[in-house]
Amino acid sequence: MNVGRTRSVSPAVWILGPAAAAFGASLVLATPLQVGGLQLPEPVFAFVPAFAWALGRPSMGAPFALVVLGVALDFLWHTPTGFWAVCLLVTYALTFFARRILGGQEVWALWGAFAVNCAAAMLVGFALTAFRAGVAPSLVGVGLQLAVSVALFPFAWRLVERYEAATPGF
Amino acid sequence: MSLRDGPLGEIKPPRAWVAAGALILALIGAGALLAGGGSRSGPLSGLRTAADGVVGPAGGALAAPVRATGGVFGAIGAYFAAGSQNQQLRADLDAALSWRDETLVLRRENARLRALLALKTEPPLPMVSAHTVLDARGPFSNSRLADAGAAQGVVEGNPVLSDHGLVGRVVGVGDQVSRVMLLTDVDSRLPVMIARTNGRAILTGDGGPNPRLAYLRTHDVLQEGDRILTSGDGGVAPRGLPVGTAVKGFDGAWRVTLDADAEPIDFVRILLFKDFSQVAGPLTPDQLPSTATDVPETPPPSASQPGAKPSAAKAAANTP
Repeated sequence: MNVGRTRSVSPAVWILGPAAAAFGASLVLATPLQVGGLQLPEPVFAFVPAFAWALGRPSMGAPFALVVLGVALDFLWHTPTGFWAVCLLVTYALTFFARRILGGQEVWALWGAFAVNCAAAMLVGFALTAFRAGVAPSLVGVGLQLAVSVALFPFAWRLVERYEAATPGF
Repeated sequence: MSLRDGPLGEIKPPRAWVAAGALILALIGAGALLAGGGSRSGPLSGLRTAADGVVGPAGGALAAPVRATGGVFGAIGAYFAAGSQNQQLRADLDAALSWRDETLVLRRENARLRALLALKTEPPLPMVSAHTVLDARGPFSNSRLADAGAAQGVVEGNPVLSDHGLVGRVVGVGDQVSRVMLLTDVDSRLPVMIARTNGRAILTGDGGPNPRLAYLRTHDVLQEGDRILTSGDGGVAPRGLPVGTAVKGFDGAWRVTLDADAEPIDFVRILLFKDFSQVAGPLTPDQLPSTATDVPETPPPSASQPGAKPSAAKAAANTP
């Protein structure tokens, strides 16, 4: 018997909370802070809910929440409208369709899956940018952003665990 | 009778199917957004400017403590570098440290503002000083939000300078904020010249720290350390603004180490440059070409210059 399934998870907790947290964290890291002469990295926090929502409990609202979150990031980071929505949905879709395989896997395997799915999203972003701007974005920059984004997996894992330890209220 | 009570009410598609259907719909919607309004200056640019107006003050509030603590980070670094002697002195000066840090921050800020004021164009053009409050530095976009906008006279296309050189140009303007696209952005293209050879190139951003020199045209071979300036071609920016130094990239392409990277870009000056009429200035009356009513008073044109008007020739001679 799972004694942890006592708390109810509402859509607000499962969808709105992580989406707002991801955008808030992106906003905070968008401040022009330099430590030791180096700029802070710019991880894509929105990969966290994109992965966790598809793995924990795919729902009707999650993809649309990712579209809204993606457009908000486009406005914040000045990327073309729809750019991050597509990239986030790539992560969500890959996780969604691999959900049966990923279920019950060890944390390290899930971390690997998170890395692969984020890399796929960044690859799509790379291709979209190269096609639109006619210039291939810096691979070093793409690699750095991917690396710091993959390091956020513990947050995604925490989110999935939070869902597993609660009763879905939707 | 509601739909739920009817025969269709018994049909419950699997949750995975519903989720997959929603995913496909969302993908189509996102794709349509990207295809329809995907350009950064497309039909949604008004919405973007409004969003900038909202996140600008939020960014300003978040960036204020960042600026305040900037000097403290430097002081901590200096402490570690100084070694054990500083450790002993620190005990004596503990009470004064907070004042010292504050003084350092103010002195540094003062020096940078003075340097910023010293960077002038020839002839002088009006400028607006601003803080940068938000910063997008990923591989797909390099831009900043500055806290000066249309209310201060900023318009799209204005070049933006730091105290060392050109940073980028304004691509979106709100009432109190403006979006600055940096030279490193993948969409940034800037006509530049090589100061030593007077050669021309297009500085092309790729999301990395060192933009590439594309379409390079120069008689002499480019050398490491050659100074790169704005060429003024196309009216994008006034001629002669400092951009950076030429370096050979790992990929064999010529790239530019930007002057603006020498210091954090927290203060910027937005050059209120619209076109070259500002630089040329108004013509004096004697530089203006003569009209038909003047013709009888002027001597006839010489045989070598048929149809030439002396006053026009004088104006041409006065033009640099």
